[in-house]
Amino acid sequence: MLKQDLSSPPKGFGGVFDFVLRQGSTGVIWLGAIFVTAWSMWLISDIVFNGWAGLSYDFLTHTPTNAGREGGIAPILVSTGLVLAICMAVSFPIGLGTAILLSEITATDSWWGGMIRRSLDVLAGVPSIVFGLFGNAFFCNILGLGFSILSGGLTLACMVLPILIRSTEEGFRAVPIAQKLGASALGLSRLSTLFYILLPIAVPGLIAGFVLGVGRAVAETAALIFTSGYVDRYPESWLDSGRVLSIHIYDLSMNIAGGEAHAYTSALVLLILVLLINQTASHIGLRYLRRGVT
Amino acid sequence: MNIPTTIEALDLSSTIIQVENLSLHYNRKPAFAEVSLPIYRDQITSLIGPSGCGKTSFLMCLNRLVDLVPLAKMSGQIRFNAEDIAQKKVNVVALRRKIGMIFQRPNPFPLSIKKNLELPLKEHRTKNKAEIEEIIQTTLEAVGLWKEVKDRLRHSALLLSGGQQQRLCIARALVLEPELLLMDEPCSALDPLSSATVEELIQQLKEKCSLLIVTHNLAQARRIADYTALFWFAEQTGKLIEYGPSAEIFNQPKNQITEAYIRGERG
Ligand SMILES: Nc1ncnc2c1ncn2[C@@H]1O[C@H](COP(=O)(O)OP(=O)(O)OP(=O)(O)O)[C@@H](O)[C@H]1O
Ligand SMILES: [Mg+2]
Repeated sequence: MLKQDLSSPPKGFGGVFDFVLRQGSTGVIWLGAIFVTAWSMWLISDIVFNGWAGLSYDFLTHTPTNAGREGGIAPILVSTGLVLAICMAVSFPIGLGTAILLSEITATDSWWGGMIRRSLDVLAGVPSIVFGLFGNAFFCNILGLGFSILSGGLTLACMVLPILIRSTEEGFRAVPIAQKLGASALGLSRLSTLFYILLPIAVPGLIAGFVLGVGRAVAETAALIFTSGYVDRYPESWLDSGRVLSIHIYDLSMNIAGGEAHAYTSALVLLILVLLINQTASHIGLRYLRRGVT
Repeated sequence: MNIPTTIEALDLSSTIIQVENLSLHYNRKPAFAEVSLPIYRDQITSLIGPSGCGKTSFLMCLNRLVDLVPLAKMSGQIRFNAEDIAQKKVNVVALRRKIGMIFQRPNPFPLSIKKNLELPLKEHRTKNKAEIEEIIQTTLEAVGLWKEVKDRLRHSALLLSGGQQQRLCIARALVLEPELLLMDEPCSALDPLSSATVEELIQQLKEKCSLLIVTHNLAQARRIADYTALFWFAEQTGKLIEYGPSAEIFNQPKNQITEAYIRGERG
């Protein structure tokens, strides 16, 4: 009797309950998937539908007039590019270096490695407005950089770094221990192990971090409004103020009556920009991955 | 521990490594303890014993790969070329150049076949292109891989079969011309045919360097090894219980445990 009870599967609440539970959970999963897809499809098609008409070569190459209601977004694209360039030029080497330090040089269980990781996780979740205020206080005022492309780029770098470091570190952790042992057993130096064995395997994590970071940076408004400013002419130097795309969109849709059309078109440009960056990043990543083989 | 007198009678200058009282702890838990044994030059020595008795750990002490394991603590002496390589201050990079290692699972780098061999060469021997080409060819010939891969040196090493990968790993260790090659169950992850090929290769390697091989395959140990060491558990710690020429270990074991293990009754 007892033996049979153990060997036959538990009956639970009977067939009907099981059926409902199984079908129900499948349904919930499908609903979730459909909801997420529909939501983003709706968002994207709304932007494309409303912004497409205004998209033209002239729009990309002319300066805005009449507070942005007319003209184009050329200076805004330039400012966006400069801010992004500073952000990436600063955060990429620091991020890569910190990730290497965390995953390869400090022991997994070391006290300060854990502290750094925890602080990074907290920083990654801090609202961007806090970074904006910090950037304003630190870069604009204390360092005296004022409202400028440089302050904006550096503030963005601070904001992006936690994500970049953590995901790059995950990339390094994905390297199998057998590879590290193999490299050590051949007496390879840390540097060649890093370049030829760790980096190629870690590249996917690096790319993911980069895409997430740039995505967050290019869409950022709150952190930049206090640091790079919102003057919509061409910036004359790194220390000049400039308006990035996301702030332009925000300004047009919130503050300028009759700015919706151009806000939509700018949003479309932003969307295309993000897609382009993602594509280029994964393309470079693939090239790098194949590099080792030939 | 009773090491047979035959060993002690042998000429000590023919030993490449003399291990004295070596113990290893992982986070205070002993893996093996108080192992003393000589390893003979240009001979094949096999290391057998049940799973978990510290054979892999023992190998990793000899090339100091244990340094990479956090909380691993080694004590005792390992004399190699008149130097105690168990000392902290030893140059491990130079050491690992002279003592190569092959792992249980083939672990070629995810690079091309050529790059796999080029990497250690450039690091330790030469940057001269022609010389590199030549060493790569002779080494691949030595492991019997040249004919199979000469047209695809630039392809990924991961596309090779398991047996080919293992021979590539052996080639990768050989380009550094090691004095001693440590092999941790080099055939156990391979199919019988590849395993036989690698086993044949190991026998040929004897002309190039000394070999220390961990194996679970007693028949293999009997076939290829000149000397055999048996590790066994004593109070959950690995100990060396018998060591000697393979013929003696397999035909007239002195220890009862050895006898039972050889007959396949224990372990
Ligand atoms: N990195 C490590 N950290 C902690 N303990 C370890 C580590 N590696 C091995 N051990 C322990 O040390 C003991 C010996 O392990 P080892 O791998 O040397 O055995 P082995 O004889 O090679 O076994 P097998 O025949 O299964 O390969 C085992 O109890 C194992 O759990
Ligand atoms: Mg083992």
